[in-house]
Amino acid sequence: MTAAALASEQAGALLSALATVRDPELDEPVTSLGFVTSATVSPDGQAQVRLRLPTYFCAPNFAFLIVADAYDAVAGLDGVRSAQVVLEDHFAADAINGGVAAQAGFAAAFDGEAVGELHKLRADFLRKAVLAGTDQVCRPLVAGGTGPEALATMTLGSLPPSPGLDRLRQRRADLGLPAGDDAPLVIDPVTGAAVGPDALPLHLRRARVTGVSFQANGSICRGMLRARYPEMPEPNSPAGEETEEKPS
Amino acid sequence: MYQKDGEKYFIVDGHIHYWNAAPDNWVPGAEKFAKGWIECFHAYQGLGPEETHWPLEHFEKYSEDDLMKDVFDDGHVDVGIFQPTYLLEWYKEGFNTTERNALMGQKHPGKFVYNTRWDPRDGDKGMAQFRENVQRFGSKGCKLYTAEWNNGSRGWKLTDPEAYRFLAACQELGVTNIHVHKGPTIWPLDKDAFDVSDVDHVATDFPDLNFIVEHVGLPRIEDFCFMAVQEPNVYAGLAVVIGGLMHARPRFFAKVMGELLFWVGEDKMLFGSDYAIWEPKWQVEGLVDWEMPEDDEFADYPRLNADGKKKILGLNAARLYGIDVPAEYHLHEQRIAGVAGA
Repeated sequence: MTAAALASEQAGALLSALATVRDPELDEPVTSLGFVTSATVSPDGQAQVRLRLPTYFCAPNFAFLIVADAYDAVAGLDGVRSAQVVLEDHFAADAINGGVAAQAGFAAAFDGEAVGELHKLRADFLRKAVLAGTDQVCRPLVAGGTGPEALATMTLGSLPPSPGLDRLRQRRADLGLPAGDDAPLVIDPVTGAAVGPDALPLHLRRARVTGVSFQANGSICRGMLRARYPEMPEPNSPAGEETEEKPS
Repeated sequence: MYQKDGEKYFIVDGHIHYWNAAPDNWVPGAEKFAKGWIECFHAYQGLGPEETHWPLEHFEKYSEDDLMKDVFDDGHVDVGIFQPTYLLEWYKEGFNTTERNALMGQKHPGKFVYNTRWDPRDGDKGMAQFRENVQRFGSKGCKLYTAEWNNGSRGWKLTDPEAYRFLAACQELGVTNIHVHKGPTIWPLDKDAFDVSDVDHVATDFPDLNFIVEHVGLPRIEDFCFMAVQEPNVYAGLAVVIGGLMHARPRFFAKVMGELLFWVGEDKMLFGSDYAIWEPKWQVEGLVDWEMPEDDEFADYPRLNADGKKKILGLNAARLYGIDVPAEYHLHEQRIAGVAGA
């Protein structure tokens, strides 16, 4: 393999690793959101990733999670001996970049301004992702005439495989919630308990507004990123009405 | 006022600004924040129709004449409600203070409502200033920005004990409309700064105050909706929803409107252009023309008819602020019954 081919293969591996990193607030990969400015690996195994966000004032806690997750994803790759992940153009970039580089955690990076780490924040947003995923999986069933009584007795294994179902299972598993074939289809994302037929209609309404919120926020973030960096191509951006509804 | 298809709309723009964000107003040492803030606002403008975009220099500092033309002459607005944003750590004279807004507005009697603000971290001095502003400018509302930086603090919550002092003062002074705007920072930084549960608490504890959650709690629309459905005195401020989505993402806009109509209802939604981020003209005209899409996906969302649009575009805010609305703009049943006011 030539050096150029090797470098290209490594850059591909880097991007694949970054595709596993999600913006927790949007539940979408940072690669499809256009947050990755550049990702390279030098011949001696030094990975360099540059990230950008839709605004200068994007919330620092979520920004920290993204940068830290990107670091973990890249540093664990075969052939990567050292990794540097740099957030650009952000009011807290120095604290975040320094904190992630030092592997010191959020509270240390924002000394005196934070009292804890971000595990609870991450879990709260995974719960929202479970709700949004529940909407995505259940809406076609409801549209097809499945009522609350029937939905309340269904299990994850009773549905045909789909990307949406895989994603829902994965988010539930990440939270330690039941995600196997026997697990109820609709559960409370905090307790993991099955949602009964009486509570189901309101639960699904709540799931839907959560999904709408993710979509609306994602579209605003994409628009802001495009307005902020008009010169840069944006991968996988919904280009117009035809793709506006496409599940991410 | 705006007229279309035989319907007359009285327009109250519930969210306007008269700011100076030009370099002459930047605090030395904080230039990057002042610049970052206005550039962020300018990027939001990019979500509106292209022909309404301004060059950054004009956007940083526009004139009184610009505002009067954009909002009133061209923008169909009858009354504009100023929502001040101070940001004194970044802008020398503030971004747009109550005083700056009022000094300009007082030259145009009847056109403006002057909301003021308070910050619980300002203590007794802040309380004295708040009381003075209410007296001087006749404020019936205030705009609270919980992410504002203040002496090393990066934000606050409505449930902070000091905030309760100010809310009690609001009740005492008749400052009944509390506009809450969440931002990206709050103490401590590891918490979700956009969480609206503090609004839930104070709405219960201060039932005589109205809490208008600006930008419908974006990016936490779901939390806002679930809270608003349980609290009779919580309202949705539509600034950014219309400006940021109606043109750029019409189908997402329809879904967000559908959710708001379902959870919050047309009696508790308030139009705001967020001028000068976006001009009101295209937003007013667009909302009057807007209809829920007919596809199955939107089938179980409530519909919004001309009466509902009249409420959102002006009558709801007029009711909260005691603004007189001429009878010709009332809803049909109100005209028939001869009910005064909106």
